[in-house]
Amino acid sequence: MNAGAKYEAVIGLEVHAQLLTESKNFCACANRFGAPPNTQTCPVCLGLPGALPVLNRKAVEYIAKTGLAFHSKIAPESRFARKNYFYPDLPKGYQISQYESPVCEGGRVEIVVDGDVRTVTLHRIHLEEDAGKNIHEGSADTSRVDLNRSGVPLMEIVSEPEIRTPEEAVAYLKKIRSTLRCLNVCDGNMEEGSLRCDANVSIRPAGSDALGTKAEIKNVNSFRFVKQAIAYEIERQIAVVEGGGRVVQETRLFDSARGVTVSMRSKEEAHDYRYFPEPDLVPLVLERAQVEAWARELPELPDATRERFAREYGLSEYDAAFLSEERAAADYFEETVRLSGQPKTAANWIMGDLTRFLNEAGGEIAASPVTPERLAEMLKLIADGTISGKIAKTIFEEMFKSGKDAAIVVKEKGLVQVSDAGEIERVIEQVMADNPNELAAYRGGKEKLFGFFVGQVMKKSGGKANPAKVNEILKAKLQPPTDSQ
Amino acid sequence: MEVLDAALSRIRAVDPGIRAFLTLMEETARKQAAAADARIARGLAGPLAGIPVALKDNLCTRGTRTTCASKILGNFVPPYDATVVSALDKAGAVFVGKTNLDEFAMGSSTENSAFQVTRNPWNTGRIPGGSSGGSAAAVSADMCAVALGSDTGGSIRQPAACCGIVGLKPTYGRVSRYGLVAFASSLDQIGPLAKDVRDAALVLDAIAGKDPADSTSADVPVPSHAAALTGDVRGLRIGIPKEYFTSGMDPEVEKAVLGGVDVLRRLGADVREVSLPHTPYAVAVYYILATSEASSNLARYDGVKYAHRTSRPSDLLEMYMESRSEGFGAEVKRRIMLGTYALSAGYYEAYYRKGQQVRTLIKQDFDRAFETVDVIVTPTAPTPAFKIGEKTADPLQMYLSDIFTISVNLAGIPGLSLPCGFSSGNLPIGLQFLARAFDEPTLLRAAHAYEQAGGWHKRKPPAAGEGSAA
Repeated sequence: MNAGAKYEAVIGLEVHAQLLTESKNFCACANRFGAPPNTQTCPVCLGLPGALPVLNRKAVEYIAKTGLAFHSKIAPESRFARKNYFYPDLPKGYQISQYESPVCEGGRVEIVVDGDVRTVTLHRIHLEEDAGKNIHEGSADTSRVDLNRSGVPLMEIVSEPEIRTPEEAVAYLKKIRSTLRCLNVCDGNMEEGSLRCDANVSIRPAGSDALGTKAEIKNVNSFRFVKQAIAYEIERQIAVVEGGGRVVQETRLFDSARGVTVSMRSKEEAHDYRYFPEPDLVPLVLERAQVEAWARELPELPDATRERFAREYGLSEYDAAFLSEERAAADYFEETVRLSGQPKTAANWIMGDLTRFLNEAGGEIAASPVTPERLAEMLKLIADGTISGKIAKTIFEEMFKSGKDAAIVVKEKGLVQVSDAGEIERVIEQVMADNPNELAAYRGGKEKLFGFFVGQVMKKSGGKANPAKVNEILKAKLQPPTDSQ
Repeated sequence: MEVLDAALSRIRAVDPGIRAFLTLMEETARKQAAAADARIARGLAGPLAGIPVALKDNLCTRGTRTTCASKILGNFVPPYDATVVSALDKAGAVFVGKTNLDEFAMGSSTENSAFQVTRNPWNTGRIPGGSSGGSAAAVSADMCAVALGSDTGGSIRQPAACCGIVGLKPTYGRVSRYGLVAFASSLDQIGPLAKDVRDAALVLDAIAGKDPADSTSADVPVPSHAAALTGDVRGLRIGIPKEYFTSGMDPEVEKAVLGGVDVLRRLGADVREVSLPHTPYAVAVYYILATSEASSNLARYDGVKYAHRTSRPSDLLEMYMESRSEGFGAEVKRRIMLGTYALSAGYYEAYYRKGQQVRTLIKQDFDRAFETVDVIVTPTAPTPAFKIGEKTADPLQMYLSDIFTISVNLAGIPGLSLPCGFSSGNLPIGLQFLARAFDEPTLLRAAHAYEQAGGWHKRKPPAAGEGSAA
């Protein structure tokens, strides 16, 4: 038995999501990424003496909707708390967060790994404010602080330690991301840090119910890194235990360049955050009617879309999952189906050529030069035999590059499929005349040469000949002439 | 403008001996006075038009340094006005200057100021009370008409008592705290110090009300407080809490206070005994909760942004530790340490949470008492103003100066102190009136009726050039 099979990993994720509100969590400053340092600040988010926080109601709506989407219990009354620690990017010396009574408690996230659906229970979702940013470039002995991000609303989604593998962790994170994007409460941009993840990882003997000592891995900022960091950490802990050692409780950082986690601080060095209720804010009271109204406003969520796509359009589980992950892709698909009436073909084109070209160009599906209207038109041209499926590949590429309608590309390039029997016959007769030896051999019984003739006819027609018609006419033409005729 | 000139010349003449002001705002004041004159000429005068007002130096004033009497904020110039400052400006007030206080409002004598000791106008060897000692002394010595102070555990009422004037701590949430440099957020409240109850009512009218910038300000309609001063207390039920008259009280204070109660009885009030059984715990609870909040509120003075920064720190930790060691005074450090301890893992349950539970009991004491009475009357402070330096070596003795005022902040109810007599040493003695939350009209009505009957407010301190000499 190898070491890996003797152990099972216990993983819990803490996901921080910046909310897409217009203004910050406790003041009216703009919540926008990329402005010049310290230009989006005011006495409140600078932590000036005497300034007081006022809660952003939009942030409350966003966290409540997130909780509703994940089936959490929305607390009728919750409280903010101060998390106290010193750091230059934290202007008040404390972060306004939630501690004893968060907005959302419990809930669940469904994930699909290797075709199996699993449920990960949520512990809680709470609302807090982001810190600023320390900037160390430019000088060896000074650092600067940019407080534009100070006070930006953050939602922290905490799972129960029910995740078992790095793959499940990634699936969980992807589901969180697609749901938040579907709700339009977070842009999910992990590179810019609007979605961040800390992973708590421990191991225990396979089949045990006990919890081992955990390590917390901080700020893992891509799906790939989440997988790498957790996989590395599991291996590391197994090696420690197998080597007769003990895992220590600590905070670790993922070094993406080396693909390893390194110790940042031990439990003994851990902060005592001295949480206590924030006296500058009154308890957050959510009326039941308000929560119910928000529930009615929820869009169709990725899980529901996936089930509906499979049911309504007869898509495979894989295709349905692929197309439902992002609202924009799902909308694109449905619009194309509505205009073309061809769900299966539409799915193939979207998941194949469209996704490939978008990835190459780095574009978003919502801004694709091939719009659902144009794709649907092209699908119709295939269906009615105006163009062949093969030619359509060329046409699609041109449509993507030029942003033109399918009909225009077909016309400009002269790519209309030839279905006219007379014209096809003429080409076939020419091919037969050009290849007397092959013709004789075919008629002598070498029927395998049929494919050769099809190829020659298609080539000679510039690929425009309708393949079905070619097959049909060629079959007749290749028959040896009979006396009766 | 003439009123302002008189106030400024009075400050120049008297303040060198009193030292109530940390910063004068002559330039601002002249602009405000000119504007007030213009409005008066057009018949558009606000209720406080042209009135010289002093501001405790923990209220943010745009463009005028706001120090909290602390070295750590010695150079801090706020880019904004506190909401109360804007409100007074709008009402036509003229700001003569910023007054001294105990550093970050932590103290009962104004001796904890990093900059100067303020003297009591009745006896310059005595403290003016604190922490709003500068504001109280400035009003008492007639260097301004009214002043704003802040009261976390008695910091308006106790100095008002020491200086023989009126001090009002409104209901928690009645007045916006935006721009008041926080000491203990759940207890702090801004209020007026004035020569009589009517002036205090007029100032409250100008500053009370919901402020969108302060989530804890209450959305409760603001009645006219000045209009509540009918002079009639017939049938008003007044409670005397038995726990406030225990052994050890200064006999002169007790006599003056009971004399005041007699006056109220003669005016037709229905005086009866009430009980506030959790009173003995108030000081202890206060020093857990207030210091806990303070330890967090004062974390922002870290040397990174606007606060004092030590020179040439070798690393971040040293910058924090040295900046704060150099910038804060002893009492502030003591309270930060107390509060940090009370909030620490392993102690939170025993201190902070227990403190909150007892706070609820204290609040319930008042709720119950106010089921049977409309107003409660107590002494404001256990003694008249003590000598400068008398209690600086003994923080616990100093903390007991607020023994009668602290419960009021814990309960969130309004309280007012006004003079009810003088000691044999000619030092003022304060009488405290308390009422239900947001019932300032009844509070002010009772206090005003007493004031008019007692007449003590007419006495002027020797430093004010009139009044009887000690």
